[in-house]
Amino acid sequence: MATKKNPFEFLLQGNEAIVLGALKAGCRFFAGYPITPATEILELFSLRLPQEDGYFIQMEDEIASLGAVLGASLAGLKSMTATSGPGFSLMQEHIGFAVMAEIPCVIVDVMRAGPSTGVPTFPSQGDVMQARWGTHGDHPVIVLCPSSVRECYDLTICAFNFSEKYRVPVILLVDEVVAHMREKVLISPDEDIEIYERKKPSVPPEWYIPYEDDLSGVPAMASFGSGYRYHVTGLTHDIRGFPTTRPDEIGPLIMRLFRKISQNLREIEKAEFYLTDDAEIIVFAYGCVARAAKGAIGEARKKGIKVGMLRPITLWPFIRPFLEKVLMKAEYIIVPEMNMGQLSREVKRVSQGKAKVITLNKVDGTIITQEEIFHEITRIDPCQR
Amino acid sequence: MPEITKLIHKYLRYDKKFPHVWCPGCGIGIMMGAMVRAIDRIGYKKDDIVLVSGIGCSGRLPVYVDFNTLHTTHGRALTFATGIKIAKSHLKVIVVMGDGDATAIGGNHLIHTARRNIDLTAIIVNNNIYGMTGGQVSPTTNYGARTTTTNWGAIEKPFEIADIVTAAGAAFVARGTVYHAKMLDSLLEKAFRKEGFSVVEVISHCHTHYGKLNKMGQAVKMLEWMRDHAIPIEKARNMKEEELKDFFIIGVLADRENTPYHKAYAEMKQRIKEGK
Repeated sequence: MATKKNPFEFLLQGNEAIVLGALKAGCRFFAGYPITPATEILELFSLRLPQEDGYFIQMEDEIASLGAVLGASLAGLKSMTATSGPGFSLMQEHIGFAVMAEIPCVIVDVMRAGPSTGVPTFPSQGDVMQARWGTHGDHPVIVLCPSSVRECYDLTICAFNFSEKYRVPVILLVDEVVAHMREKVLISPDEDIEIYERKKPSVPPEWYIPYEDDLSGVPAMASFGSGYRYHVTGLTHDIRGFPTTRPDEIGPLIMRLFRKISQNLREIEKAEFYLTDDAEIIVFAYGCVARAAKGAIGEARKKGIKVGMLRPITLWPFIRPFLEKVLMKAEYIIVPEMNMGQLSREVKRVSQGKAKVITLNKVDGTIITQEEIFHEITRIDPCQR
Repeated sequence: MPEITKLIHKYLRYDKKFPHVWCPGCGIGIMMGAMVRAIDRIGYKKDDIVLVSGIGCSGRLPVYVDFNTLHTTHGRALTFATGIKIAKSHLKVIVVMGDGDATAIGGNHLIHTARRNIDLTAIIVNNNIYGMTGGQVSPTTNYGARTTTTNWGAIEKPFEIADIVTAAGAAFVARGTVYHAKMLDSLLEKAFRKEGFSVVEVISHCHTHYGKLNKMGQAVKMLEWMRDHAIPIEKARNMKEEELKDFFIIGVLADRENTPYHKAYAEMKQRIKEGK
């Protein structure tokens, strides 16, 4: 894959970069099921993991895939799976289990046009809300969204770090364009990338309280077979892990699950600001749409329009502080999305009428182009600006 | 100290989560006792055992035993167990499921785990009904039997669990009952010792629902029914199909050698290392 000029220079597809990022992060277990447009991840893992002293298995369906991933993670391996919308729907039950039992894992959802079987080979951003609320019950979630091949690599590592650090499932939400697009990327083994490993108990086994609350809200996690015998369940449980129906134990458990995310928003929430300092118009775009938006902004700037982009890298939890920052100046926010406006509702909620929110939605299986965004920018009446 | 007290102290979380959730007279406790005796006889270290369950009455079992225990989602226990076994192949993984758990919602995982020959033991407690939710028809409910969702009698034919897993490739298949308790722990011991996917179907009873709805009496009556209708395989071999019509066979039904998944994977890795 390396080019002739530089051994660290690769021509990579987003899906391939995800695999390389996962291996770099220390992923040693992958279970999955074939589905367009995420299949390349499965295929490349089947080639690489046995070489890297890791484990790959193709399961009988997506439910089983995430089940095996959670089992392997409980046994101590960094684990992940990859799928697309239909498979992501099947995985929701086990995402909830991972939240409740606090099992680190990474789930890649390469979004394709839906609902249902939809168009397997066409792009979409239709799973944004499913990634947030797909599994039942109140739960926190971390969802990251790359918009370039290099970012696929970086955010996969970041997803593993977050999942290990906070003991949560982390979802990497990629659109088909970014997953299949090929770009030149530099990946050097000497790069100084922080890799985080889950906190393990250091107390003697008889002192170990598997779901004990502390200031961080993230209990130390023992691997099965490491001498710490404890109980893991999807039922609401007490601090020892045993099922409970006591309201004074259920409440604190659920609140802690939220707290471990909410008190670390500063680290979890990531966004890119592009020419926003003086921007009166903000394009709020993510994934492949952000790439088109950059082009459109460049064109509009040439015409003297003060426009910039806020690109959420973390889709959930929603990047409220960053949006509030650009709202200090912005009067218009254009939200182009390849869905019927799933994230624009969040933008409206935060904006609370301070800026006018203009949605640009496309659900015909084609991408939102630079021209379309440019047209939307220039449509805003200069006299009103 | 009597033997049973020693086992209770050694293997049960007796000071934590008792009394248990099961109805008085339930067969799951008998199976749990047999399982603990078999484990003790083999002498596994408690740290090396992972006990996995799904949802339902049997799903609550891991709470009570002092191993690495995992109570998963409905029907998916085998998928978690597969992940654990592949990741840490030195662990002894035991999966406890009910008939609905293993053959309805988890039926696909059951046949694929058998096909892959994952080295773990699946104990399927078959009481022919969904007990936890109040007595609904299951894939092993007998033809004509009444449940809360077959008020007019079941019109579907039941699964033969042992036949299915044998056909799918399990290395070891046995059937026991909770009446034949001593035989059950020897069957479980054989299953635990077997390398590859081993399945033990444990015929149990649900007097609370199945017994009541089908006028089969209380727990003791249902246990007596097992006594009167179970035929050991050695005896059954000399009987005609006609004669076996009203009986079910207990004992070791299949036992064969087949490379388990984790060994095949290790061989593949070795091959890659050697560049073959």
